[in-house]
Amino acid sequence: MKSSVIVFPGSNCDRDIATALEKMQFKNQMVWHKETSLPKSDLIVIPGGFSYGDYLRSGAIAGKSIIIDEVIKAANSGCLILGICNGFQILTETGLLKGTLLRNRDLKFINRDVNIKVMNNETKFTSKYKLNEILKINIAHNEGNFFTDSKHRDQLKKENLVAFKYCDEKGNISEGSNPNGSIDNIAGIYNSKKNILGMMPHPERMIDQIISNTDGVNLFTSLMN
Amino acid sequence: MKFSVIVTLKKDVLDPQGKVVLNTLVNLGIDNLKSIRQGKYFEIDVDEVDQVKAEKQINQMCEKLLVNLIIENYKISKIK
Repeated sequence: MKSSVIVFPGSNCDRDIATALEKMQFKNQMVWHKETSLPKSDLIVIPGGFSYGDYLRSGAIAGKSIIIDEVIKAANSGCLILGICNGFQILTETGLLKGTLLRNRDLKFINRDVNIKVMNNETKFTSKYKLNEILKINIAHNEGNFFTDSKHRDQLKKENLVAFKYCDEKGNISEGSNPNGSIDNIAGIYNSKKNILGMMPHPERMIDQIISNTDGVNLFTSLMN
Repeated sequence: MKFSVIVTLKKDVLDPQGKVVLNTLVNLGIDNLKSIRQGKYFEIDVDEVDQVKAEKQINQMCEKLLVNLIIENYKISKIK
């Protein structure tokens, strides 16, 4: 499996995701945002960080960068795309994913490990997880409050496009287990073809027992399949 | 030709920043506040003499980059 990680000024999780991909045996390349072509890739990752200092809106400037045209082309031809945190924000700004990420409900930057539930395990990103499996994954964001219109909200439900929802340790999905105010506790979504996943939690931080846990590993092993 | 663009959050979108500003003003003793919504303001100067053309261009800028149409509305006005 070949992967590419797109790097913007202000990306700061690009090395983390590269390390995770290499550990999982991906052949990874880093791609600077000014590049006009992409190396042949089975997976493109838009990493977390604060691209362009979150100017205008989180992800807005990166979403219009030169390489993004190539990412959109690749996405439309079926390439797998994973956007994590700022990467998710960038994907919504490109239009590859619908909806947007607002300021957290309580106006605070949140950096802590939260529980999320696997809502669909019949995708290329999650096939190694069990349905409704509860994962503990780190979140670190200021704008993670997922919002979308009612039409898209219905589509997400109907087509089973919600990837993960925030929950408590027992798997209860409630306002109390919602860290940032996201509509329906949504932590990650797919596009309708399910080749694009955007998620606020950081699976690349959960690949090693020594520093955290290994709850993120199966996302990468699913992709390897 | 110079224009202003005011970007505001749509009615149904929560505005936690506006709410905090409102609460703070209430704490400062202002007791007749009904609501506060926070927005963005741009001043855009374009090298164009035809107002219709210029406004069309500003509209495109808004839709392409300045405004997130899912959550925001905008209003363009000519300054000079």
